Amino acid sequence: MPDIGVEIPARTVVTAEHMLFDAPREQRYLIGNEAVAEAVKRANVDFVVVYPITPQSEVSHLCGDLWARGLIRDYYRGEDELHVMVSAMGAATGGVRVFTATSGPGTMRAMEAISCWPGYRLPLVCAFMGRGVGTPANIQPDSVEIAYLLETGMIIFHVENPQDFFDMTIAAYAIAEQPEVHVPVAVFADGFFVTHSREVVELPPESEVLARYDPAVAPVPAMDMETVPVRMARDCLVIKSNFISYNANASWQQEVWAAQHRARKHINRLMGGSVEVLHPDAEILLVASGSAAAQARVAMQEARRQGLDVGFVKIKVIRPFPEREVVEACKKAKHILIPEFNMNGWLAREVKSRVDNNSRIFAGPRVFAGMTMPPELILDEMHKLVGART
Amino acid sequence: MDVIKPAPGFEDILPLEYQELVADGPYGRSLGVKDLGTFKELIEDHPLCAGCNLTLSFRLLLASLPKPEDTLIVTTAGCFGVIHPQIALHASIAPFGTQNAFASGLTRAMRIRFPEKQKDVITIGGDGSFADIGMAPTTHSWFRGEKFASFMLDNECYANTGGQASGMTPEGVVLNMAPKGKSFDKIPFVEIAKLAGCAYVATASPTKPRQVESMVRRAILVAREVGPTFVRLACVCATNYKLTPIEAHRKSKELVSQTDEYMTEAAREYLESLEGAA
Repeated sequence: MPDIGVEIPARTVVTAEHMLFDAPREQRYLIGNEAVAEAVKRANVDFVVVYPITPQSEVSHLCGDLWARGLIRDYYRGEDELHVMVSAMGAATGGVRVFTATSGPGTMRAMEAISCWPGYRLPLVCAFMGRGVGTPANIQPDSVEIAYLLETGMIIFHVENPQDFFDMTIAAYAIAEQPEVHVPVAVFADGFFVTHSREVVELPPESEVLARYDPAVAPVPAMDMETVPVRMARDCLVIKSNFISYNANASWQQEVWAAQHRARKHINRLMGGSVEVLHPDAEILLVASGSAAAQARVAMQEARRQGLDVGFVKIKVIRPFPEREVVEACKKAKHILIPEFNMNGWLAREVKSRVDNNSRIFAGPRVFAGMTMPPELILDEMHKLVGART
Repeated sequence: MDVIKPAPGFEDILPLEYQELVADGPYGRSLGVKDLGTFKELIEDHPLCAGCNLTLSFRLLLASLPKPEDTLIVTTAGCFGVIHPQIALHASIAPFGTQNAFASGLTRAMRIRFPEKQKDVITIGGDGSFADIGMAPTTHSWFRGEKFASFMLDNECYANTGGQASGMTPEGVVLNMAPKGKSFDKIPFVEIAKLAGCAYVATASPTKPRQVESMVRRAILVAREVGPTFVRLACVCATNYKLTPIEAHRKSKELVSQTDEYMTEAAREYLESLEGAA
């Protein structure tokens, strides 16, 4: 049994706002896995439980190092992803701040536990490092996992680069732990493209941390026998076959999604909104998330240099889906392209189901199975749509 | 017992059920199975089959807790799942078979939050949830040396889903999904528990309540200081084995004909230090 309850070196407690907006930042040259570990270091995390999987393994190692240095309070490598995610659930139910991470097949294996987190109202944060799943087996970058997570009730952020991975993980804790929110956050990074790309990342000082999590503010009491025990499960009444139980379960489910909705104002405050929009009046709009947004951003710049009227929408938050913002941003465009790093085009479906006149939408280009998406690919599609080659 | 006590002025508007628990519950008192019938129990009534030995085991287990006011119960799917919401303690349901993974996280959370206070985490599951679907998280929690007690309610089948053979069903028994009789013998789970690092392993039957009490207490006490512990409560399912309640009771008794109790040297020394002092 490892030593736990280690005394953590004294660090200055700051607010998430200070850490995200006001603290001085130092430039570092980091891969995505290192950036998220830097966020865990500053988030005053109590407990990390993980199982290694490519391309997530580095953050599992780095969290172990943080624990060995006394910067997180307990850590272990679990037996597999399902039981890692259940252990994370047990710890969060007990009222501590938890971080975990997985990828592709690990997400699939852990899905039973992950699907329980929102209903248990656990504010834990999980980094998903997206890779292919068994369709067929593939360890290459892919964002298909998000399609499986969409209806779990988790809040989902999709990061563009290592900088986002750091900032959005810090924001994730601050948002997840709002008493009126208190649901888990998935911070999703495309495998390799983000997890293993080395970029300049600006970090606030290592000596500053978020305040410790206070379970007293949770909407569902922590499981600790420090509050009144009553003859009622602390979790939703799934057990009994009668109308009162059905009603309790139904309203509990609705409350999870209402909690997501209430997260929007905190997302606006801490993340500058759910979308980033450039040139909203343009004729052609590129709508993308994750590293596809990074490629679309470059494609937009090149297209504008070539004289095309192109704008850009990065969707940072997939759940709660920023419906109003996306509808507003898409109002004027004649053509909307949605580049994605997956075969099925879940983001295009999300957008199509919300915007008017969705015949404007070209659900692509899409690449998957490890292929890259050069900006030229996106440019080609734009040229085809406007019928003008330069 | 400040947690249990209602705020002044609010006593009489609490549900009668709760008032009784405050006035006459087992919190902070040293009660045991010999006191059953004289205090308000942590569970009362149940919607399970008449003559259910598993329910009797559950009742005895809760009556044997050394410190109910600081006990956290992790259960999982099973017949006892319908009793779960009626336990007057903090209790949570883990996904099927994952109770020991949940308890691993919960135990660590308790040690982080309450380093000076003993919180007794226990897991309760059926034979399927420990020996079949939950084999990996159960044994891995023991390999890791996670300090909490595990209690298997071994009714020798999947009862809640309609009477299917489980890994703990004896060879040859005809149950659903074993129409030609179960093809392999009962999983030697008690032996597995010893090999996997449990400091205390015992088998009890609800037909011997005082023995159940002693083993439950020992398992919880050893788990506080020494290491993981495991108790199998043999309680064959009357309904699915097509037995009358009396026959099922008799069979549970036969299954545990001799005392089966194992402990490591460290556990023995620890228990002697406690029991000697008492």
